[in-house]
Amino acid sequence: MQITIEVNNRKIKAEKGETILSALNRNGILIPTLCRMRDFTPTGACRMCVVEVEGRDRLVTACSQPVEEWMRIMTHSQRVIRSRKTIVELLLSNHPDDCLYCNRNLNCELQRLAEELNINERRIRGKKIQMRLDQSSHSVVRELSKCILCGRCIRVCDEIVTATTLGFLNRGKTAHVGTAMDRDFNFSSCLNCGQCILVCPTGALHEKHNTTEVMESLNRDNVTNVICYSPAVPCAVAEIMGLKYSKEFDLVLNAVLRQIGFDKVYNCGFATDLYIDKAARSLYSSVKEGRRETTYLSACPAWLKYAEQKLPGEIGSLSTLKIPQQIAGAIVKGVVAEDISGGNSEIFTVSVTPCTGMKFESRRDGMTRKGVSDIDAVITVTELSRLIRLFGVDITSPSGEPADAPMNIRSSSALLTEVSGGYTEAIVRSLMHLSGSGEPEKKIFRKLRNNHGFRDLSLAIGDEQYSFAIVDGLHSLERLNAEISGGKSYDIVEVMVCPSGCVHGGGLAFFSSKEVLRTRARQIYATEESEAVNTASRSPALLSFYEEYGDFSDERGEILHTKYNARDVLL
Amino acid sequence: MTDSVEKIVSSYKSGRREDLIPILQKIQEAVGYIPEEAIVAIGNKLKISTTKIYGLATFYDQFRFFPQGKIHITICNGTTCYINGASDVIEAVREFVGTEPGDTSRDKLFSYEVTTCVGGCHSSPVILVNGEYHAPVTPESISEMLSKLRVVIENE
Ligand code: SF4
Ligand code: SF4
Ligand code: FES
Ligand code: FES
Repeated sequence: MQITIEVNNRKIKAEKGETILSALNRNGILIPTLCRMRDFTPTGACRMCVVEVEGRDRLVTACSQPVEEWMRIMTHSQRVIRSRKTIVELLLSNHPDDCLYCNRNLNCELQRLAEELNINERRIRGKKIQMRLDQSSHSVVRELSKCILCGRCIRVCDEIVTATTLGFLNRGKTAHVGTAMDRDFNFSSCLNCGQCILVCPTGALHEKHNTTEVMESLNRDNVTNVICYSPAVPCAVAEIMGLKYSKEFDLVLNAVLRQIGFDKVYNCGFATDLYIDKAARSLYSSVKEGRRETTYLSACPAWLKYAEQKLPGEIGSLSTLKIPQQIAGAIVKGVVAEDISGGNSEIFTVSVTPCTGMKFESRRDGMTRKGVSDIDAVITVTELSRLIRLFGVDITSPSGEPADAPMNIRSSSALLTEVSGGYTEAIVRSLMHLSGSGEPEKKIFRKLRNNHGFRDLSLAIGDEQYSFAIVDGLHSLERLNAEISGGKSYDIVEVMVCPSGCVHGGGLAFFSSKEVLRTRARQIYATEESEAVNTASRSPALLSFYEEYGDFSDERGEILHTKYNARDVLL
Repeated sequence: MTDSVEKIVSSYKSGRREDLIPILQKIQEAVGYIPEEAIVAIGNKLKISTTKIYGLATFYDQFRFFPQGKIHITICNGTTCYINGASDVIEAVREFVGTEPGDTSRDKLFSYEVTTCVGGCHSSPVILVNGEYHAPVTPESISEMLSKLRVVIENE
């Protein structure tokens, strides 16, 4: 129902029940917010969004108060502006002020607020407290001195990720955000998903930077520098650089990476294809032999850690296949090393991914060969974009070049895996290929796409019935358990911690509306459709690799597998 | 797990968050501090994450997470003591013990905490050593007293 309210002496229309903030925004009036997060219930904690409502003594928080018929509101009166200004000035009073050296320089909400509110002198001086710099995690760095206690990271970790790793600790001057027993991050229940990074308004949370190692290696003699990028990376780089993505950009990225100085450029989608092919073959043969058991895919590092710490009973059901990034690393260092090292004694492998958790994954036990890591450094898409700018590469200029053999080509299935549900779809396609059932019809997949939360699918492929479940965000584990208690059983369960999948990874560009996730997914679906090879098991690169090096179904297959162990952390 | 922790936790109903503070108080009373295992046990019982329990417990001054030292010092930082130099007193104790308030020194001999008014304002600043009032104190008198105490307990 529409109502009329008066704002700044002007009548505007509002919907009954909506917040003051949403009515204002729809009518072209902008007010600053800080603790508010889209799609979350408002808490009214930071009071940045206050407005004056006639008849109320206290200023009112627009993000949490619903509009009411009688309201006469002033959004930018002197009192309101002064109040907002004071809040920001207080936040700045003990802020470290090292903007120029900060990860979020030019992209910081606190900077923007200070600028918007015309803060140009320091009125309030606070003692700058030396807060902890926690660099213990392989994935996420916490710079507590930059934290403004907005609580957004806590809410995301609780309500979206469900890891409940973070909370407000202590009180007053020593209040800060921390983990159980105030442990360092690497001893906590953190899943390394990076969702908290995406919502932090300041530089208090950011990915662990690994670009320095990468640059050092590029400058060393007698090293073969290898880079492999996840299927979503070209698309994500284009997004950050403000370019329209088309699949030709994959080829441009190859050229860009060579220009930066990499000797070998691999498409990690090749390893994804191998993962899909192996997972599908193993399912196909065990079902043929009448063995039916549930396998949880092992493609999301955050999920793997979650299972290890929270679901020790399911560890035995995790697929032992390494994550594609680590398969790529194992192939580089364990299979093709001699062919590519060109007499150099050392190979340095860099992986680029949308995911902060992959940094952790590369450091996991068992990801080394003779004491040397399979993947030496993992950088996120954000970090790669910085490298590209640092090296002064104009990405609109190079013409496309192919990636290097043997990991030069991926199927479109590999690209699909970047959206939640994609692994399932990819495995179904491979199963149809293996059982000689021809091309799948597109409509069977409709149910798997564009739908947050839990999905499942049961279908006949060849002579067998297969069933799949997709857990899109850990919230859906509850649904999964309900379905299983209700009598359903699944051959494959695909779990992704970040809702929507890797297109929501913590190493991607910041965004403020879920629409961005939909756009990313749509782009991937559209590109996928335009490609020729849509089944992992038919990828020409994979087939010729098998031909040249064998298909690793013998004991050499050991390099593709790993094992998981229960992890003791405070939950 | 310590018997007393188990007994206390199991005497409560499952899933009732409002019991959190009372449980913490009972455990602190029985054990002298809140051990990590207690936080885990409470978390399982009340279905709250350990981070949230730790966060709530650190919000109040009354809880500690390490066993007290043989000598436990309580420093008053109430208004009167504050005005009469409690900050210097805290600094002196911090330097002597070598930890933050709430922690215990490495040799497990000393620990200290900072509280609000302990009701001895007339001769502030006030500290309590194992429950015994000492007032008024100065940073110098404290260092002297603690050094003497150290010699005594080390020879015990
Ligand atoms: S990385 Fe993910 S699991 Fe870890 S604290 Fe941030 S949101 Fe929580
Ligand atoms: S770390 Fe960032 S998101 Fe979390 S409370 Fe601090 S400023 Fe807010
Ligand atoms: S944005 Fe409204 S109170 Fe924080
Ligand atoms: S303020 Fe210290 S005893 Fe009262």
